[in-house]
Amino acid sequence: MLIRFAILLAALLALGPAIARAQISDGVIKIGVLNDQSGLYADLAGQGSVVAARMAVEDYGAEKKGMKVEVVFADHQNKADVGSAIARQWYDVDKVDLIVDVPNSGVALAVSQITRDKGKAFIVSSAATSDLTGKACSPNTIHWTYDTWALANGTANALVKQGADTWFFITADYAFGHALERDVEAVVLKNGGKVLGKVRHPLNTQDFSSFLLQAQASKAKVIGLANAGGDTTNAIKQGAEFGIVKGGQNFAGLLVFLTDVHALGLQTAQGLVFTETFYWDLNDRTRAFAKRFAARNRGIHPTMIHAGVYAGVTHYLKAVEALKSDDGTRVIAKMKEIPTDDPLFGKGTIRVDGRKIHPAYLVEVKKPSESKAPWDYYKIRATIPADQAFRPLDQGECPLVKK
Amino acid sequence: MTTAQEAAPALEAPSATGRHQLVAFAVMVAFFVVSPFFIYPLFLMKALCFALFACAFNLLIGYVGLLSFGHAAFLGSAGYISAHTAKVWGWPPELAILAGTVVAGALGVLIGALAIRSRGIYFANITLALAQMVYFFCLQAPFTHGEDGIQALPRGMLFGLLDLRHTMTMYFVVLAVFLAGFLLIYRTIHSPFGQVLKAIREHEPRAVSLGYTAEQYKLLAFVLSATLSGLAGGTKAIVFQLASLTDVHWTMSGEVVLMTLLGGLGTIFGPVVGAFIVISLENYLSQLGAWVTVVQGVIFVLCVLTFRRGVVGELARLLKKPL
Amino acid sequence: MSSIFGVPTQALFGQLLIGLINGSFYALLSLGLSVIFGLLNIINFAHGALYMMGAFVAYFLLQWAGLGYWWALLLSPIVVGFLGVVLERTMLKRLYHLDHLYGLLLTFGLALIIQGLFRNEFGSSGLPYAMPAQLAGGRSLGFMFLPNYRAWVIVFSLATCLATWYVIERTKLGSYLRAATENPALVQAFGINVPRMITLTYGFGVALAALAGVLAAPIYQVNPLMGADLIIVVFAVVVIGGLGSIMGSILTGFALGIVEGLTKVFYPEASNTVIFVIMALVLLVKPTGLFGREK
Repeated sequence: MLIRFAILLAALLALGPAIARAQISDGVIKIGVLNDQSGLYADLAGQGSVVAARMAVEDYGAEKKGMKVEVVFADHQNKADVGSAIARQWYDVDKVDLIVDVPNSGVALAVSQITRDKGKAFIVSSAATSDLTGKACSPNTIHWTYDTWALANGTANALVKQGADTWFFITADYAFGHALERDVEAVVLKNGGKVLGKVRHPLNTQDFSSFLLQAQASKAKVIGLANAGGDTTNAIKQGAEFGIVKGGQNFAGLLVFLTDVHALGLQTAQGLVFTETFYWDLNDRTRAFAKRFAARNRGIHPTMIHAGVYAGVTHYLKAVEALKSDDGTRVIAKMKEIPTDDPLFGKGTIRVDGRKIHPAYLVEVKKPSESKAPWDYYKIRATIPADQAFRPLDQGECPLVKK
Repeated sequence: MTTAQEAAPALEAPSATGRHQLVAFAVMVAFFVVSPFFIYPLFLMKALCFALFACAFNLLIGYVGLLSFGHAAFLGSAGYISAHTAKVWGWPPELAILAGTVVAGALGVLIGALAIRSRGIYFANITLALAQMVYFFCLQAPFTHGEDGIQALPRGMLFGLLDLRHTMTMYFVVLAVFLAGFLLIYRTIHSPFGQVLKAIREHEPRAVSLGYTAEQYKLLAFVLSATLSGLAGGTKAIVFQLASLTDVHWTMSGEVVLMTLLGGLGTIFGPVVGAFIVISLENYLSQLGAWVTVVQGVIFVLCVLTFRRGVVGELARLLKKPL
Repeated sequence: MSSIFGVPTQALFGQLLIGLINGSFYALLSLGLSVIFGLLNIINFAHGALYMMGAFVAYFLLQWAGLGYWWALLLSPIVVGFLGVVLERTMLKRLYHLDHLYGLLLTFGLALIIQGLFRNEFGSSGLPYAMPAQLAGGRSLGFMFLPNYRAWVIVFSLATCLATWYVIERTKLGSYLRAATENPALVQAFGINVPRMITLTYGFGVALAALAGVLAAPIYQVNPLMGADLIIVVFAVVVIGGLGSIMGSILTGFALGIVEGLTKVFYPEASNTVIFVIMALVLLVKPTGLFGREK
């Protein structure tokens, strides 16, 4: 009898933590940073995004304005089921009002749907798929930093016009990779180029040798890497081993971040051309931010993802203050009404399909001799004005856009 | 097989233990009926689905003595089928789950027929290999959408009457499914069929000499285990409105082994307790990322070295009655 | 340019060579697993995690002690092998009287612990390990460009496999090991310290895994999950070759690498599955594997 009671008690005690998490927290604006904290995309977003969110809350002076803001974070491990379970729990139990970041387009799409179902708010900084403001657009989601269309438009356009007209794709086999490959292929073909072949690889691939071999055999001038993070750096490193560049072919990193260049080193990465929408060394305001950010993030300078989280949270808080409410759907609508202005992206707008509009930059990685200080990695080759950087509103198939 | 013999205490005749187990059952049901009002129901539903999965798995290892290292194939494939039929073909949830269950059962026949001839480690190996093939099929097949999985599937209206979007409604449906599966397993174990299985587990040649075709019995048990795993998988997909590769990956097969081992191999309530504890731990530690894996590993090691009977098994030993 | 079955010969030979390189890793890893199973009747699920540790030890040796690749090839297997000895003495020993499956479950748990700990500490995006200068660069073979390091992998792996096979099958020490597998009590009665032999064998098998890890470090990122999905494939190799058969594992390892390479040319999507299909087929026809003996 006693033992049975003890068992029941023990079993319930095991649930104690679970019960404790069911506490309500209202009257607080809770922001959840959901991303990959320990895997493929941990460096380009990861803890840095949490730092960026916290800095945004502090810089906004939320406390002085009487707003109670809390920042929490979790690791979605690049899995849609983990990510959606966390999102659900956050919205249902932990009373999170806004989710930010979310790399991995598959997870982002899942979270976007859940956010819509629950009427909360979602600002995507990391995920790339242009479907977030296209077929899968939602009145509760804003896509901030960049998307596959912008990358394709910037990088592919520039490269093809320079004469790189035959392409071979090495693509990460999930939503993001497919979207990127699709958008870049469209640009290449539009500019009169040819796609000589494609190969898909699983996310988190260790060994690219057989894919690189196929790319070499195709004799395409450019090998387009429709992947990101560790996959991109692995492919480039092993490409060096197989003498890809020496053999006359070039890599086009379709999505490369400051942290990737850092991981590769300038010796390997020099000459890579790609598109970004933020660089810490653009102007005095970005430099000031970078200095403060690096101090809090173990010296790692901000990537465009981190900048997007900072700017997105800032604008969110502006909208909440104006509305005096944290109702997701209404705040997102307000964010589209107020023009944006922050030290990182300057002045901009958010379109009705959720797309944030700002200029993009075509960058090239410096040679080791050209770099004067750590993290001084990029030369800005061109600036793509805001109205040309992103897919035109009418081409997205977004149901929110009235024809 | 030493595993189950080591794990299960000496079993008495069913009639003597009936009341004991009835009380335990009542406690379990009472807990599940009351808890959603205090504990996050989505968490409970996850635990219930995995509890059913673990019970189905336990049928095979605890009562037949076969360690399958590929049970995720049934959980995951049923999930995908249910997800696809619900989302793309618009089937109501009861038919979607049924479809998933049936497909898992069919897969069980296929894999079982191939694997049953082997025993012990070889059986574990072949189930692992076949489950890997299922995994890669799920990775490549267009309808599963690979890494992204099937997302945003509708919960639908059960029998056209119950709106499953209401969490509590969904919860009690899941509870009903779990109890149905649980009772089916209980009935199977305490039936002539179950007795033959026990005979085969303890001394197969003798059972064969008595005229029982061991292979057929084992296969039937395997298919039953696979089907109920499929039921768990299909239900889980509807609850979470998502079917993903995680459910067919071999680490999921390892997880169900962990749940059953921790709870108690060959006990009736063991898998339920084991599933609950593992899911709770995962939930609690989820903020800490990879610590979940470490803790799971530690539990495995401890269980194998010193706690082979599992939570419920040890309890049963203390009470001197089977649970 | 000639072609076979519609595939250009160049591409074919190139992928076959890559397959051979992959096969080298499979062979080396399955060798360790086979040695361990042959003597201990334990399926060492922790093999992948220990392979990963081998690579990490090489990384640490470089970072903290400035000891390069060649030192790592020697020291890493010793360090990890020693860890294996400790594991065997403290944990595995207690399970010998039980069903073999408990050994599988224990090592599975160990794998989870080791991988989890490393993942916590180092994330899973991988750490760089420099290619040793002597092996950098490569040569063009006409049909493909072969990096020197990858050629080295094939040669070294083959040498290690053959050396191990020779020791076990053709020397006196090896004959003691093989006798102890068949009848430990009798061998012990002859005065040979069987438990110690078992411990050392486990350590040796683990050291082989670590060696493979060091080999992998310069080309595949040193990351905590590098062994996780590899272990399943290596399992399949050992099972096909025959649990307990040394030569079986070696041959199957290389062969399967080549088969995988071929599949990548003709039907790339199936390249991950082909090993398991073969395993299922072999198990149906001959449950103890191609060269295996019933245990």
